[in-house]
Amino acid sequence: MANKIGVYVCHCGTNIAGKVDPPAVAAHAATLKNVAVARDYKFMCSDPGQEMIIKDIREMGLDRVVVASCSPRLHEKTFQKACARAGLNPYLFQMTCIREHCSWVTKDPDEATEKAKHLVGAAVNRVNWHDELHERVAPVLPDVMVVGAGIAGIQASLDIARSGHRVHLVEKGPSIGGHMAQFDKTFPTLDCAACISTPKMVAVAQEPNISLMTNAEVQEVTGFVGNYTATVLKKPRYVDAVKCTGCGLCLEKCPTKVPSAFEEGLTTRRAIYRNSPQSVPNTPIIDPDHCRVLNGKKCGVCEKFCPAGAIDYEQKPETVDIDVGSIVLCTGYDAMDPTPMGQYGFGRYDDVYTALQFERMNNAVGPTGGRIVKKDGTPPESVAILHCVGSRDKNYHEYCSRVCCMYALKYDHLIKDKVGHHSKVFNFYIDLRCFGKGYEEFLRRVQEEGVTFIRGRPAEITDRAQCPSEEGKLIVVAEDTLLSRMVRVPVDMVILCTAMEARKDLPEVARVFGVAQGQDGFLLEEHPKLGPVSTSTDGVFIGGTCQGPKDIPDAVSHASGAAAQSLALAARGEVTISPTTSWIDPDVCIGCKVCIGLCPYSAIEFDELRQVSVINEAMCKGCGSCAGHCPSGAAQVHHFNQRQVFAELDGLLKVVPRVKEKDEEAGTPPAPAEAAEVEAEVTA
Amino acid sequence: MENFEPTIVAFVCNWCTYTAADLAGTSRLVQSPNVRLIRMMCTGMVDPKYVIKALLSGADAVLVSGCHPGDCHYINGNYKARRRIKLVKEILTQFGIDERRLKLTWIGASDGIEFAETVNELVNEIKELGPCEAREMMVV
Repeated sequence: MANKIGVYVCHCGTNIAGKVDPPAVAAHAATLKNVAVARDYKFMCSDPGQEMIIKDIREMGLDRVVVASCSPRLHEKTFQKACARAGLNPYLFQMTCIREHCSWVTKDPDEATEKAKHLVGAAVNRVNWHDELHERVAPVLPDVMVVGAGIAGIQASLDIARSGHRVHLVEKGPSIGGHMAQFDKTFPTLDCAACISTPKMVAVAQEPNISLMTNAEVQEVTGFVGNYTATVLKKPRYVDAVKCTGCGLCLEKCPTKVPSAFEEGLTTRRAIYRNSPQSVPNTPIIDPDHCRVLNGKKCGVCEKFCPAGAIDYEQKPETVDIDVGSIVLCTGYDAMDPTPMGQYGFGRYDDVYTALQFERMNNAVGPTGGRIVKKDGTPPESVAILHCVGSRDKNYHEYCSRVCCMYALKYDHLIKDKVGHHSKVFNFYIDLRCFGKGYEEFLRRVQEEGVTFIRGRPAEITDRAQCPSEEGKLIVVAEDTLLSRMVRVPVDMVILCTAMEARKDLPEVARVFGVAQGQDGFLLEEHPKLGPVSTSTDGVFIGGTCQGPKDIPDAVSHASGAAAQSLALAARGEVTISPTTSWIDPDVCIGCKVCIGLCPYSAIEFDELRQVSVINEAMCKGCGSCAGHCPSGAAQVHHFNQRQVFAELDGLLKVVPRVKEKDEEAGTPPAPAEAAEVEAEVTA
Repeated sequence: MENFEPTIVAFVCNWCTYTAADLAGTSRLVQSPNVRLIRMMCTGMVDPKYVIKALLSGADAVLVSGCHPGDCHYINGNYKARRRIKLVKEILTQFGIDERRLKLTWIGASDGIEFAETVNELVNEIKELGPCEAREMMVV
């Protein structure tokens, strides 16, 4: 029996109707084979629009529906649900986009309408070959994995744990807290970073629902939404966490010194170390790259001095498989290394510092005990802070790093406060971005403290003095764009506000978890406006700066958002899996086994008895690698099989009668002879 | 050739290029109307016979576009597409069809501008090349 197709062409207000002629497209659709009704309407996605479809299905007995409107990525589900409400299987529906790919991008209205007719013809042709498909319901495991234990990961973990669900928190470093643990004060309240984060860090350590794994990395993830298995490598600490009392004697006695990454290279640490006295966990860790014993040399000093006998050089790495329902990635950011920007002299001049180095300098347990001093130990009488180093820069990162203007103001205040109000502080800025709560007020306060703001991106930092007052100083050469004058500002210390960039290991992280990176290197969210915490991979969410530069309040909100979405899955306990998986016709399959090696999810097995390949529907994600390659055409993806694609191609390329013919033949409508020839036949 | 308006079929992957096309639309980037999209879940899903069928059914060129290598939503579908398309190009040349009529590009989800540019450049290229040789040589 022939199908009965209902075609609905949306105006979308003037978004489509402004360029494309919806009534003409609908009229064209009405001439196509098997089309029982073709309508156009102002807003198909609205309630009356959907009701129109439902009414036609019920009253006219439609068994296929085509909607021509916006991108299916927006409303495909809306119309599929409408079909379902009317009793029609939602997969007997095809949506074609005549807005984003047609009305919004085509200059000429006639060309736009013609293109829309082709797109609708393709959809009508294709939908004839759609089959009923039924979604599968799979259970969702109750546990959640959070990767990264900076402030975002900590927040997400606490939110999830407090709901009653178990969290597996995996942190690459030896202790939690991320970059926030390196800071001294936070803007604009000037809260001490440790004072506000340590309560949360301790809560994480003490929360029974959080299983914390530090010095651990996720190596592999398999499975699908609701049923992920993560393989975690727990690297050895070489210190027994149970026996260790945290006394810190080993840290004093170790003879090996190594540049400290936590101190941003300003000072050294020992081969056995912990990031700070407040670290959570407080247990020290031995660096296997530099420890003498672990590299076969003689030492053992820490073991000798440890009063608790907690040193254990024999600890081995451990691999565990953890089953979780969803994953939240909070892997954080890296601060850009300004060494390539030779004009700023970082690495050449002693007193040019990065922002993170300046944070460590201010921190009470940092290399200078919280005093702001130059390398020679004397306080700087004048400091220059350069904004936008590597940000808003076509040569490095085009984006704005969002936080630097605010922390530059924070540094202004700290310098005035610690060095003294006589100190001269200069900000070299492009704009002052003080967007948040209390931020503009903070700017006002800092301005009133007598800080100088010079609008201009410095050309260079040099030590070549051109007059006596510049001797022994670092000179900032810049254009003051408000005065339209070149300025040379001699200072004792320079701080570079370096760009916040994606972590260097992010491509590997993205690969392991099956998420994408955006053009700027950060993890790609599902939708820039409405999907900031989810990714295109169901069940994997992102929180904090791994998604993009943001300050602490935003990182915490973002992480809570990601936690909420992962809890939505966990609380529901079940998830519907798309039925658009592959299927291998056992009557056609010749048993060549080529597909098995191609499947990225190892979802194809070989049935030795029947000598054919079989798809494991639970593992299959419907990517089509097998179908694209199958030499006999036995492997086909439901909803994307060859009959459907050939039909779509036929519809796309069929010649459409030109509108002009109508006028030429004295007002009589053109005989749609060619259009009626639209066949659903396929030459395989 | 004057007034020759090519018809180009584009097989685009749902996660990257289709999203980029949406973004190009939302950003109102003007494009030549000659390119018509067929949504695939992955470029790895693009069977060589779809490409050949398109060229034999009246398309003057075929564009296959997906995620950047390393970024495939299904891990490595685009690598398989890369190999297949290379072989299809060789088959096309053997049949006398200019291999420039089959184009493979990688356009990420946030590359709306690149999508619009690729479309417009391809249309101009094919306008220069003229109608597909298949129409003259074969019973289509």
